[in-house]
Amino acid sequence: MENPYLPYPVRIDDIVVESEDRNLKTFKFVFLNPEDEQKFAYRAGQFAELSIAGVGEIPIGIASSPVEKGFIKFTVNKAGVVTSHLHNMQVGDVMGVRGPLGNWYPWDMLEGKNVLIVGGGFAFTTLRSSIIYMLDPANRKKFKNINVVYGARTPGMLLYKDELIEWEKRDDIHMHITVDGTKDPNWKYNVGFVPPITEQKAPQGDADSYAIVCGPPIMIKFTQPVLEKLGYDHDHIILSLENRMKCGIGMCGRCGIGRELVCKDGPVFTLAQINRTPREY
Amino acid sequence: MKVIKIDKNQWSQGLEQLRNAFRLFGPVGNGKASSIQELAPGQAPDLTFANTRLSPKNLVFPQSEVMLNYSLDPDDPERNILKEAPKDYAPRAVIGMRPCDAKALSLVKMNFDTDQYQDPYWLNLYNATTFVGLACDAPASTCFCTTAGCGPYHEEGLDVLLVSQKDGYLAKPLTDKGDQLLKAAGWSQAADADKVIADAKAAAEARIVSKVESDSLRAADTMALYGAPFWEDISFACLNCGTCTFSCPTCWCFDIQDEAYRKKGVRIRNWDSCMFPIFTVHTTGHNPRDTKLQRVRQRFMHKLKYFVDKYDQGIMCVGCGRCVRQCPVNIDIRRVSAMMNSMASAAQCAVGGK
Repeated sequence: MENPYLPYPVRIDDIVVESEDRNLKTFKFVFLNPEDEQKFAYRAGQFAELSIAGVGEIPIGIASSPVEKGFIKFTVNKAGVVTSHLHNMQVGDVMGVRGPLGNWYPWDMLEGKNVLIVGGGFAFTTLRSSIIYMLDPANRKKFKNINVVYGARTPGMLLYKDELIEWEKRDDIHMHITVDGTKDPNWKYNVGFVPPITEQKAPQGDADSYAIVCGPPIMIKFTQPVLEKLGYDHDHIILSLENRMKCGIGMCGRCGIGRELVCKDGPVFTLAQINRTPREY
Repeated sequence: MKVIKIDKNQWSQGLEQLRNAFRLFGPVGNGKASSIQELAPGQAPDLTFANTRLSPKNLVFPQSEVMLNYSLDPDDPERNILKEAPKDYAPRAVIGMRPCDAKALSLVKMNFDTDQYQDPYWLNLYNATTFVGLACDAPASTCFCTTAGCGPYHEEGLDVLLVSQKDGYLAKPLTDKGDQLLKAAGWSQAADADKVIADAKAAAEARIVSKVESDSLRAADTMALYGAPFWEDISFACLNCGTCTFSCPTCWCFDIQDEAYRKKGVRIRNWDSCMFPIFTVHTTGHNPRDTKLQRVRQRFMHKLKYFVDKYDQGIMCVGCGRCVRQCPVNIDIRRVSAMMNSMASAAQCAVGGK
């Protein structure tokens, strides 16, 4: 019997400070046993438990993309016991990763469709994974128009700045980067919260269009009416939920919202599914 | 497989013989309450009890269990790598658990044994154990198994069902595992006792008069029950003590924690409870089930509706009555289920135009 609680040992290969407040760091991991990488085959939208001996585990969305090989990446906000400990670890340190866990964005269903991505703050991680996946030369033709609305509080809080600039230059993805506010006179992108920028910039919804929304609860709350106005049906609005988790495999019971477990039946749900479920997240 | 008759004078001798093949567990009383414990050599299970105070779920799901261990020694090349903790899965037998508790384990198995993941800790202990049940002829006033998909002679989840007789026991083997156990004990006297057992079963079932009403819950609207007006009333007295979840044979929620000191540590799982506020609190401080009402509602909705929706195998309750007896403020699952059920049946009647 495979033990789903046993993490794969990994080595920290690189650490990048992502945000000006230093609270967000991206950790790049390499598997100690190369064969574990195959076992960790994942899809964009899944998460994993980062596992530190003597400290504990924390569920984090996978920021690297299935088309990137040889490593996995996670962008981690320093918040609790495990993430604070992780933030003080160094390149070369050994820890564990358990996964991949949960479901993923519905890639089969999204083929041949327009995809609108709406992200806010540090929830952009699995959205980065998704964009890299869709822009891969082998995959780009599978999708129609790709629009991305991504906002952070300030320019210094945006994740993956080099990639954002690169995507801005491409004509096969429409980027709408925004910040809540900035004093930078050279800021050449949008200023404003994610919901109004979505209303101004995002394409209309139709039967061939899906919106993937990932961000803080307040952003989701105010983005929903905007998407409705744009014509996105509730079963075309895809959300990724968070809840307190321990096991990550549907056993320990705490992340339940009604009959669904966020860790195993989610974290990805359509708004139509969530409407039928107690909103205990 | 034939029913076996065990005479009184063969009982302890057979039990001792079983020790060659099994570690034995059974109910042990202390005058006030009984619990399932490992039986010392020569110690017989106390089969005079109504039921144990805590359910025997700890047999396969210990209240605390080490899952993984690791070294933190800077000089150890394997430091920080988590490993499976050594385990003893030698055959074990529990003698004299109640049928409701065996049925409860088979309900809980649906959580731990899924297509995608199998929980090795729970399943290895479950598979290593032979479950010998003791039919109930004198149920407690709080027992309502017969309306909870179970019964005093219920066989599901058991390997052998023992039926108490004046001069010993009738043992009905239900699985190969059960058959093997009877052989290992040297109990082999076949008895033509089907009718005796059927009569005793009917008499025992007739003694259970308490009921849980749940027939309308399957078709009920989940969100309507969730938004029902009665949760405030039901949860008002609750202390969030967790007695109901810890004593319940079908509650399985757990926590995972690391415990480490100096150069080594373990990852351990502990029973947890949806009654505790910390169960769901996020690192940000946000808590999706912040109030007592939300937590009490979660417990009853999970047992009586979410579980029903998810598996279509009835309610997540076997009618053992432990939570009813032990709740310090007398919250009663039968009353809650009746309220949910009557709301659901009223809604269904309205739709049906009756």
